[in-house]
Amino acid sequence: MAVTDQAQTAVPRPATGAPARRPLRVFRNLASKIAAIPMVLTALVIFVGCTLWTVVYSFTRSGMLPRLQFVGLDQYERLWSTPKWLVSIQNLAIYGICAMVLTLVLGFLLAALLDRKIRGEDVFRTIILYPFALSFIVTGLVWQWLLNPDYGIQNVVRSLGWESFEFNPLYNPDLVIFGLLIAGIWHGTGLSMCIMLAGLRGIDEDIWKASRVEGIPTWKTYLFVIIPMMRPVFVTCLVLIASGIIKLYDLVVAQTGGGPGGSSEVPAKYVMDSMFGAQNLGQGFAASSMMLLSVIIILIPWAYLEYGGKKRV
Amino acid sequence: MSNPADLASIAAIDAVKTRTGGVGLLEGPRGARPRRAFSRSNIFIYGTLILVSVYYLLPLWVMVMTSLKGMPEIRTGNIFAPPMEITFEPWVKAWAEACTGINCDGLSRGFWNSVFILVPSVLISIAVASVNGYALANWKFKGSEVFFTILILGAFIPYQVMIYPIAILLGKIGLFGSLWGLVLVHTIFGMPILTLLFRNYFTSVPQELFKAARVDGAGFWGIFFRIMLPMSLPIFVVAVILQVTGIWNDFLFGVIYSNNERYPMTVQLNNIVNSVQGVKEYNVNMAATLLTGLVPLVIYFASGKLFVRGIAAGAVKG
Repeated sequence: MAVTDQAQTAVPRPATGAPARRPLRVFRNLASKIAAIPMVLTALVIFVGCTLWTVVYSFTRSGMLPRLQFVGLDQYERLWSTPKWLVSIQNLAIYGICAMVLTLVLGFLLAALLDRKIRGEDVFRTIILYPFALSFIVTGLVWQWLLNPDYGIQNVVRSLGWESFEFNPLYNPDLVIFGLLIAGIWHGTGLSMCIMLAGLRGIDEDIWKASRVEGIPTWKTYLFVIIPMMRPVFVTCLVLIASGIIKLYDLVVAQTGGGPGGSSEVPAKYVMDSMFGAQNLGQGFAASSMMLLSVIIILIPWAYLEYGGKKRV
Repeated sequence: MSNPADLASIAAIDAVKTRTGGVGLLEGPRGARPRRAFSRSNIFIYGTLILVSVYYLLPLWVMVMTSLKGMPEIRTGNIFAPPMEITFEPWVKAWAEACTGINCDGLSRGFWNSVFILVPSVLISIAVASVNGYALANWKFKGSEVFFTILILGAFIPYQVMIYPIAILLGKIGLFGSLWGLVLVHTIFGMPILTLLFRNYFTSVPQELFKAARVDGAGFWGIFFRIMLPMSLPIFVVAVILQVTGIWNDFLFGVIYSNNERYPMTVQLNNIVNSVQGVKEYNVNMAATLLTGLVPLVIYFASGKLFVRGIAAGAVKG
C-alpha cells in the first residue's frame, strides 16, 4: 500500500532537547510516538494479532475451549458439509447481490433526482437518510411488524377487498430473505444516495453545459458521461455496501431470528451461534475465517484500483 | 372561465406588461421568468420523490401510530390508521414495566445502561483518536503511515473474526463483562474511522500555522491544546455525532461483552420484543422500539448536515 515517507517535511525534533547532544533516535519525536501508542496497539494487537489468532485456531480441534491441537482443514471440511452453513452462504449471496444492485441503482437514481436543482432538496434528503441513523435492531423490529401477516400490510390490503392477497415473506422459507432485503434497502439506500450525491456535486458544471450545447438528452448524458466519470464513487460505494453486507447480523436477529426453520441464517449469525451458543469454537473460527476471506476478496481489487495505479497521500 | 382564448390573451397581455415593466392585469413576480413549475419532468421528479418519501416515512408513521393505540384497536384496525383513542399507556409500560426474563423494570434499565456505556466510550474514543490523528497529521514518525494503513484496513475485518480473542484478552485483564471492558471495545473499534476523520482534518489545517507555533517554541501538546483544539470544534461535533449514533446502535458488542444486568438498550429491546413467552403486545413493542430509536433520531434531525458530513467523511475517503 502507499506508504509515503515524508521524512523531510514533518519530522521536527523536540524543541526541548539540549542542542549539544543529539537525542537517541527512539526519543526523537517522543510525544508523538506516545500519542500513537493506542493506534499501534489497536493495529497490532487487535487487527493483526486477534485476526491471526482466529485464523490459526481455525485449524485446531477447539470445542468448548480453544485448544492448540491442529487438525488441518477438518473444521473447514465440516463447515462446508453443514447444511446450515450452506444455507447461510446461499442467503448471503442472494441478499448480497440484490442489496448491492438495488442500493447502487436506487441510490444513484435518487441522487440524480435530488441533483436536478429542485426545491426542498434538504427535506427529501433528510427523509431518505433517516433510517440510516437507526439501528438494525430497530429496523428489523419495525419491518417485522409491518410484514406481520395478521396485522401488517397483508391484512390491510385484504381488508380493502383483495381477499386473496398474499404478502407474507417472513413466514415463507423461500421468500424470507426478501423480507430482510426490503428492510435492508430501507436502511441503507440513504447512505449510498448521499455518497452518490457528493459524487454528482463534484462533477464540473461545464460538462452539463457542453452536453446541453450539443443537444444530448439528459438521460444519455447520465448514462454515457456522468456514470463513467463517477466510477471511483461507485467503487467506493460498492466496497462499503459489500463489507456491510458480510457483517449482516443484527437485522436477521431482530427481524427473523434466523427463522422460519433456519431458512434466513447468515454467516455472521452462524459464527455467533457456534461460538456462544453451540460451544463449538472451531466451527466459529473456521466460519469467521471464511468471512475474512470474502472481505479480502472484495478488498484486494479495490485497493489495487484505488492505490495501485497512482500513488496518493 | 372555460374559454381557453381568454386565458391565452390574458397571459399574452401579462407577458407584454412584464416585459415593458408596467404592472399588468395579473400581478406576478417581476424579474426573470422562472422555469415552469409544472413541466412534465418536474412532475415526474417531485412525484417520484414524494412516493419514495412515503415509503421511507411509512415505518416511522406506523411505529408512532401503533404505539399510541390500545391492543383491542390493533386487533381490529388497520396499522396505517391513526388511533381513534390516543393512549400513552404502551409508552409507560415499555419504559417501566416491560419484562425481559425475570426482570420487569422495563426499558429504562437498558436506557441507563446505554447512557453509562455511551458517555465514557464517546469521550475516551474521541480523546484518543483526536490525539492520534494529530500525531499522524503533523508529527509523522517512521512507520506511522504503516500503522495507519493497518488501522484503516482493519476497519474492514468482520468483527466476528476478532470477538473471541478480544473476549480472552478482556478476561485476562479482568474487564470481561464489565462496563469498562465494553468502553474499551468501543474505543478500539471507533479508532479507524475517528483517526481517519481527525487526521484528514488536521492535515487540512495550514502548515504555516503549525510552523509558526513551532518557531515560537510550542511543543506537541502545546500546539494541540492551544492551536489545534480551538480550531477544530466542528470536526469534534461530527465525531461526537458519529460515535453517539454508532455506539447507541451497537448490538453485537453489547450482547457479547456485557451481562444480563448491563445489557444496553438495543439488546434489551430485542429481548423484550422477541421473547417467546406471554401475549404479544404490539403497541408496547412499538413504543419500546421507538424509544430506542429516539436518541439517534433526535441527534440526526438536530444535527442536519453535520450527520451527512460525518458519514461522508467515513465513506468517501474510506
